[in-house]
Amino acid sequence: MNAGRILRPEDHVNDVEAKTATTRSGVGHSVPSTLTTGYRYTKLGYTTVVEPATAPLKTKHTHEELNDIPILDKACFPVFGNNWLVMEYLSEGKLEECAAFVTWLLRATKGYAIKLVNPGGIEAWAWGKNVTSLDDQVPHFNITPREILRGLCKVNRLLNLPHAIHVHPNNLGKPGNFQTTIDTMDCLRDLREDRPILHMTHIQFEGYGGKDWFSITSKAPEIADYVNTYDHVTVDMGQIVFTDTTTMTSDGPFQYQLHLLNGNKWMNYDVEIESGAGIVPFRYRRSNLVNAVQWTVGLELALLVNSPWKVYLTTDHPNGGPFTSYPRIISWLMSKKAREAVMAKIPKGTRRRTCLESIDRELSFSEIAVMTRAGAAKALGLKHKGHLAVGADADIAVYPTDPKFVDPSNDYRELVKAFRNASYVLKEGEIVVHKGNVVKSTNGRTFWVNATAQEDLLSAILPELESKFAEYYTVKMENYLVREEYLGRSDPIQTAL
Amino acid sequence: MNSIYLKRFRVKWLNRIVLELKRQPRVPVDSKTISPNVLSDKPLEEIAVLEIWEGNRQIGLGELFNIKGDTGGPTSDFHVVVSGDTRKIRCLGYRMSSGLLKIEGDAGMYVGEEMCGGLISVDGSAGSWLGSKMRGGSIEVFGDAGDHVGAAYRGSHEGMTGGQIRIHGDCGSEAGSWMSNGTVRVEGNAGMFPGVHMCGGIILIDGNCTGRAGAGMTGGMVIIRGRMETILPSFSIEQIRKRVKVREETIEGPFYVFRGDVGGARTGRIFVNVATNPQLIWCEKYLEAW
Repeated sequence: MNAGRILRPEDHVNDVEAKTATTRSGVGHSVPSTLTTGYRYTKLGYTTVVEPATAPLKTKHTHEELNDIPILDKACFPVFGNNWLVMEYLSEGKLEECAAFVTWLLRATKGYAIKLVNPGGIEAWAWGKNVTSLDDQVPHFNITPREILRGLCKVNRLLNLPHAIHVHPNNLGKPGNFQTTIDTMDCLRDLREDRPILHMTHIQFEGYGGKDWFSITSKAPEIADYVNTYDHVTVDMGQIVFTDTTTMTSDGPFQYQLHLLNGNKWMNYDVEIESGAGIVPFRYRRSNLVNAVQWTVGLELALLVNSPWKVYLTTDHPNGGPFTSYPRIISWLMSKKAREAVMAKIPKGTRRRTCLESIDRELSFSEIAVMTRAGAAKALGLKHKGHLAVGADADIAVYPTDPKFVDPSNDYRELVKAFRNASYVLKEGEIVVHKGNVVKSTNGRTFWVNATAQEDLLSAILPELESKFAEYYTVKMENYLVREEYLGRSDPIQTAL
Repeated sequence: MNSIYLKRFRVKWLNRIVLELKRQPRVPVDSKTISPNVLSDKPLEEIAVLEIWEGNRQIGLGELFNIKGDTGGPTSDFHVVVSGDTRKIRCLGYRMSSGLLKIEGDAGMYVGEEMCGGLISVDGSAGSWLGSKMRGGSIEVFGDAGDHVGAAYRGSHEGMTGGQIRIHGDCGSEAGSWMSNGTVRVEGNAGMFPGVHMCGGIILIDGNCTGRAGAGMTGGMVIIRGRMETILPSFSIEQIRKRVKVREETIEGPFYVFRGDVGGARTGRIFVNVATNPQLIWCEKYLEAW
């Protein structure tokens, strides 16, 4: 985030918030400062957020930023998909050792779940290459993306972690990539359990057909069909909105392609043996056919997946647009008229390439509540979030609209206004927002998973780990560990084997 | 050359408001509300409570300025006069689209930022970012201007896209960065990097230039009538022209015409006066070689 802020002074200059009696000042539209991030999420009525990809080596800084974000409860997912040690264990078939290592790393970084970003691809990017299918060989490692995915999925099952593996698949953001997406989901089908084992994130960026940018089409129906048929996978939208934003992912090669595409400034990062990252500012334009198709793909996916428990509302902030556009996305999902108003302004060629026009479904208030709150909490395995039963946190948002009297399909503008400024937001039983103003700034918790490993294995791999650290890393292991005192309000979640 | 300001000033201005600075502010003041667009249709009492920021404190316009005059007429005939030492007042004429703004002393930073019409005249000198991201209208400065005249904001690729800026004195570095249209005329000397990354429009410098004109340019013209020690190595000589036309005016040369920047599309041009730059005579042999 900080690199993004440095790269984008022009993003801050027109979006400035002055301090008030309870809040501090801040700037930023797509990459807001930490405090502003907290206030804005709270004003929208959200009280739990997750940083979905952090390179383990940089997680100390991630926690510093998370500590700085007021009010919200937080968690972060370290990336594992290109970690040398994970790839070494998995290629040697040492699944249990890998599980012990994952446990160690989650404890060491105070992470919450296993995140994979372009498995194998970022390591290949260190050699100027990328992987293009699940069966490409990762350079210098005897392993393929398929084996990494299956290996870490088995590890996740072995450790019984609260969240499924969180996957940003290969070939993201390329025309014709929907096949890779379906292959990725399908390669884990035989490992299914009674709960989802795979979360495919920002699926909008993964649902394109066609051969190139000129022939891009929406393949949302195919992906939605798959998600409807099988129960082992959940997805989130990654909806784009037409605005100026900053794309930042751990997927270095994808960011480079984006930089070649729009010619904008580009920042690239290589995180030693773990991961990489890239940042490119991007403006989604309503007049651009490809952007218009992207806009429809996200909405199609959300509307074609039958159960709101399987698809969640996100913008992949800030990649598809800042999170402050959630109210608009909700209006598109709840009102066909709102969608048609945008459809009238995007290029006509979009209709031929997508099927959004033919979808009449309009989501209800309860479906939106599931997509934005209950479903996401369930997928994350946060038992005390996303519902109001006994034992739940008293995190409540009250909006100035009455579902009994408002007609969302016609009054969608009212709806956007209502969802932009909550009447009341309660965090852990305390009123933090009243009439769209933050009235109290509290400190949220940081959730992390203290997984149980086979302790004998853990002690067996430690000496090896120490020698690997000396060999591979530029930092010492003692400096790498994030100790519990480092977190503002630590809230470990204990798991059992 | 006639002054843009004086030409239009012959019109009889009926509606006129004078903002006289009461006291010298200790910290910079963000006064985005001082422009004919905002002030023309409001009664004086309402103007006195318009929000401006003095440092991190929000105050009314009336707390900092004595406000006199009449309002209520059409914006295009409206005349705002700001007097006093306004070096710490920023964003005067922000997004103004018509009317006239006259600053009698020195102005602070960001005068006429994002303006799209009307006329701003500064009797003294202006600070940095004069007319940055300007889209139309005219600015005339009788003193000097700071850095980043008509420039894009830091990190942004959208500079001046129209209108004209005329500076009777000198200007600082990076005038017209990322500029895509419009005219900047500096009658004095210019600092480093005039026209950096520019892709259209004209920068005319009557005096000398410190150097590195047109770095990274992909279009437009930079004309230097005074002396510039060297040309960037990423430019190549194309021809010698006797004169060059800037909008309606013809500027007599002769000029060396350089094309560049080779790092980009090589479609920008720099005109350097032959008479004042004998040190550039070396390039003539490359001209013959063509």
